[in-house]
Amino acid sequence: MDAFLDILWILIKIVAIVLPLMLCVAYYTLAERKVISYMQVRIGPNRVGPRGSLQPIADAVKLMFKEIILPTNANKTLFILAPMLSIGPALAAWAVFPFSEDLVLADINAGLLYLLALTSVGVYGVIIAGWASNSKYAFLSAIRCGAQIVAYEIAMGFALVVVLIAAGSLNLGDIVQAQAGSWGFLNWFWIPLLPIFVIYFVSGVAETNRAPFDVAEGESEIVAGFHVEYSGMTFAVFFLAEYANMILISALTAIMFMGGWLSPFHGIPLLGTLFDLVPGFIWLLLKTLVVAFLFLWFRATFPRYRYDQIMRLGWKVFIPITIVWIVLAGFFVAV
Amino acid sequence: MLENYLPVLVFITIGAVIGAVMVAMGFMLGTRKPDDEKESPYECGFEAFEDARMKFDVRYYLVAILFIIFDLEIAFFFPWAVVLDQIGMIGYIVMMVFLAVLTIGFIYEWKKGALEWE
Repeated sequence: MDAFLDILWILIKIVAIVLPLMLCVAYYTLAERKVISYMQVRIGPNRVGPRGSLQPIADAVKLMFKEIILPTNANKTLFILAPMLSIGPALAAWAVFPFSEDLVLADINAGLLYLLALTSVGVYGVIIAGWASNSKYAFLSAIRCGAQIVAYEIAMGFALVVVLIAAGSLNLGDIVQAQAGSWGFLNWFWIPLLPIFVIYFVSGVAETNRAPFDVAEGESEIVAGFHVEYSGMTFAVFFLAEYANMILISALTAIMFMGGWLSPFHGIPLLGTLFDLVPGFIWLLLKTLVVAFLFLWFRATFPRYRYDQIMRLGWKVFIPITIVWIVLAGFFVAV
Repeated sequence: MLENYLPVLVFITIGAVIGAVMVAMGFMLGTRKPDDEKESPYECGFEAFEDARMKFDVRYYLVAILFIIFDLEIAFFFPWAVVLDQIGMIGYIVMMVFLAVLTIGFIYEWKKGALEWE
């Protein structure tokens, strides 16, 4: 009975995380369309609801009633399994995420390791989708995307190692605490680890297949890439997974480099005491929004990279820089 | 200690269930009107020719193999990084020797052109 109550309580907490997350994902898609349209001097969606505010709901309902096409040549089981494989980890990663000082579902020691593991599982969804579709575009996209994600996974892994060296703990809560100090935002890891901060975020953009690294679904060459054969709800699941991953990367960047729930003026006289009154969750949300906005800004600004340029950036620029930073950061901690 | 991991397990299950439920909902609510043309592989309007599982560049394999080496390296770095402030300078030097060996391998790959995508 006790065990049952425990699990019920956990389920309630999970719903309390997943529902707002889904809402955020839905409105992130609207935000993307709005931000990009304003950057291109258009208005964007403005028909459904006041100023287009019900557009994501309308999209979701529309996709729900669309036909799911199962191509004759596809491996049916894998074809249906692929979208589930890509959204599962995108949601499950939030299990170890600290929303504020004592608001975390699973306060485990291996938090960062768990995140690294789950973000790697996401690539299976893409590769299986591309393979199972049995279509040329999907297949091309799957191998491109596999190689790209794998290359940036290394840069990302090394970046995480540097954060670990600086924080001395795999627990995300401890990583935030390690950034607390009397200098407010100057204590956060983004200053001593500036190149790593940039590398982590850019790798995150590449991992989620977002512009300018979106060769996996480059519209002008391979149509929609790995999800070209997907329609209706199966497509919607891929879409949700992509946006959930973008929010995850933004939130992790905020946690690891921008002080998580800490107030930017923490420890500074007068301002510090004033801004410490704001709940930590608000700070985390604001920082996440800033990074999430960068994703959209990137998409509106940068032209798509060529595939060899993507690989060069990953292997020949990011990996050497992270290795050098491991050597330096390790030295400062070991001394 | 281990009971901290129970929510993680439940969350992974829920994540999979959410995906399954959404796809199942799509199958239940969506229309279903199969048609030969509709279900043929998409290829910009003309009939699909040849097999879609074609040969692809060996460099993709190369990337995958290099990835395994580097990812293992990262896996070794994780525990080291956590206890670095306790093991001090000796631990640091030992790991740097390990890193140097791998860096030599990396330079070799680079010079051999394994990372070129002209």
